Amino acid sequence: MTTIDTHATGAATSSDVRLSSVADWLTTTDHKRIGRMFIAVSLVALLGAVVVAALLGIDRIDAQAAMLDINSIPQLFALYRVALTFIVLVPLLLGIAVAVVPLQLGARSLTFPRLAAAGFWTWFVGSVLVVYSIAANGGPGGGNSRFVGLFLVGHIVLLLGLAAAVGSLTTTLLTARAPGMNMRRVPLFSWSVLVAALGLLLVLPAVIGALIYNYVDYRYGRVAFGGNQAINNWIGFGFSQPATFVYAVPVFGFLAEVIAVTSGRRMPMRGIVFTGIGLVGITAALGAVLQQPADLSRNISHMSFGRWISDVLPYAMFNLLPILGGFIVIALGALALRGGRPRLIAPLVFGLLGALMVFVGILASAIYYVGDAQLAGTVFEEGTWLYIVYGAVLSALGAITYWGPKLWGRVIPDKLALPLAALGFIATVLASLPYLIAGFAKQPANASEFDYSGPQSLWNGLAAAGHVLMFVTVVAFIGLAARSFTKGVHAGDDPWDAHTLEWATSSPAPYANFVDVHSVASAEPLLDLKPRRDR
Amino acid sequence: MLALPSAAAPAPRRQMLVGTAVGCVAAGSLIGAMLALWMRFRTDALHSARALWIPKGIKVPMVPANTMLLAFIPICVFSQWAVYAARRDARSHTAMALGLVGIIGLAILNAQAFIYERMKLAINTKAATGFNTMFYALTGTFVLLVIIGIGFSAITAFRYLGGRTTDREIVSAHALYWYFISAVFFALWFVVYVTK
Repeated sequence: MTTIDTHATGAATSSDVRLSSVADWLTTTDHKRIGRMFIAVSLVALLGAVVVAALLGIDRIDAQAAMLDINSIPQLFALYRVALTFIVLVPLLLGIAVAVVPLQLGARSLTFPRLAAAGFWTWFVGSVLVVYSIAANGGPGGGNSRFVGLFLVGHIVLLLGLAAAVGSLTTTLLTARAPGMNMRRVPLFSWSVLVAALGLLLVLPAVIGALIYNYVDYRYGRVAFGGNQAINNWIGFGFSQPATFVYAVPVFGFLAEVIAVTSGRRMPMRGIVFTGIGLVGITAALGAVLQQPADLSRNISHMSFGRWISDVLPYAMFNLLPILGGFIVIALGALALRGGRPRLIAPLVFGLLGALMVFVGILASAIYYVGDAQLAGTVFEEGTWLYIVYGAVLSALGAITYWGPKLWGRVIPDKLALPLAALGFIATVLASLPYLIAGFAKQPANASEFDYSGPQSLWNGLAAAGHVLMFVTVVAFIGLAARSFTKGVHAGDDPWDAHTLEWATSSPAPYANFVDVHSVASAEPLLDLKPRRDR
Repeated sequence: MLALPSAAAPAPRRQMLVGTAVGCVAAGSLIGAMLALWMRFRTDALHSARALWIPKGIKVPMVPANTMLLAFIPICVFSQWAVYAARRDARSHTAMALGLVGIIGLAILNAQAFIYERMKLAINTKAATGFNTMFYALTGTFVLLVIIGIGFSAITAFRYLGGRTTDREIVSAHALYWYFISAVFFALWFVVYVTK
């Protein structure tokens, strides 16, 4: 009898514990949990978005034989662009930042953690509404007017959620730093997050404003904004260049951070690296928000001085300054690697390849806006965008590998992660580069039926293969991460021999992050305490 | 684990005030983008063949719009009065100032509703132009910002009257938010009601 009673009580207790654990996750205000929820949902969404991308790629292999319903093509393109940008790219990097930045700053929590939690759930509900509305024949070009409206509302909700989490993160960066950590001593990744967050605070509300107009006009009048066919004309700036540069800025911060750690020395010319990261983010945010035509459509040699100022200056400011910023970070990173004795670890490879891909995307975008190249309206822009999105995803996978030990307490083995970095790199190049080439052949953007002389099947087939490879990479990474973070080798407190405050607490980090409040006297407080090597 | 020097817990760094400022930056970008689109549509409409922006027979009432603009002057004064009184622990003055801000906020909502009523701007008719839907979208967003402001006044007053009289930062943040809303309405008044 006693045995039976004990068993029954035990089962109830186990169920209670499970329920309580689920409730803890649903109502959490712990920034590490909020960040991990952002990361988990956006990684799953990434798989779905890559499947849509692959289907669209396969459909374009034979431009005459349509595999997908021709009427659903605009909706699928809209889903592909919105999902990869606002349900994958931004929340993935934001989730990493929410989980890591308070630890890097020496803070016990996020500022306004409930706002960040509300931001996650708002974004999640908005994402579901966006996907559901497109599935129900809504979205741009959709035939069901109720669900077109739902798409617009869902998109507003999604962006409000992201803006709320960004607001919480920005306030944390401005007000919750450890004693002694002035702005010059902020870790490089945190600085890049601050730059991106300020850019997002400008870009996201501008997209929301356009969406509000579109919704009211679509719902009631349909006189000004062109109805369901023209939605992307008004909100497209939110998921194209230069706005995507803003979303990808943390990629450069992560690269600089991981290079300094793996080479075992301080980042040379830290102030210049800060400037480089700032150049990418701020010029891109201004370019996205001001909507200044930044293309070189006239012959420069015959321009008057006034025309030169009005044409070349915006082009240089919004296209060339981000290139300069990215180049500064990569060049100084290379200098640091050359001067130190770098360890070839998976986060470094992911971060380096990801940042290079984003940099290629920024370079390609500058070419896209040269009028003489005649690339407007071609798939060249899609190739540029994919370089940035997939490059940022690669970098995010590196960041998960790097900070995983601090969040889950276990490490992903380098031996297994390194091939995935190489695979992801190949996938990114395959998915993006053919579209740059097809762009010069005038393959139209967002179309499944087209014709041009040249090996169109080859370029589109390669791009589709790239998406499939990316799917394989992400599935393999998720599997590896899930296995390593639950059954892998326990990480020490500082498995990478790192420099910044997050490695001064136990792994995984406790609820309030640190037992004591730490005071810092330099940008690399942990490096100061370690035996001196070549710094 | 490496032993970093411990420090005393840092003094609060005006998180509420900075958070409100961050929110104002975002809301400023929202309204700025909407005003920019408004101006673009207005210019395009006036340069089109119809040369029609405001539909025929529609008059934008200026008296309530000017009254709203004037109402923001006492709002700024009273919200700053609340800050002044809170710093001097004058509880009744703080409560009165916050209450007045909330009441004037409600009066602004009433004036906006009066404008809607007077204009009788139908948006689902053949005579409608972009002005119709954009007017409601833009002023509706502004109304939402005012409602948030009134809620902010109510929360600040409840917290203060509930005994958290040392929490003066929220009173400053509240004042900052209303200054911001005043600036927003000034821009809105000039673009939507004056230049139309």
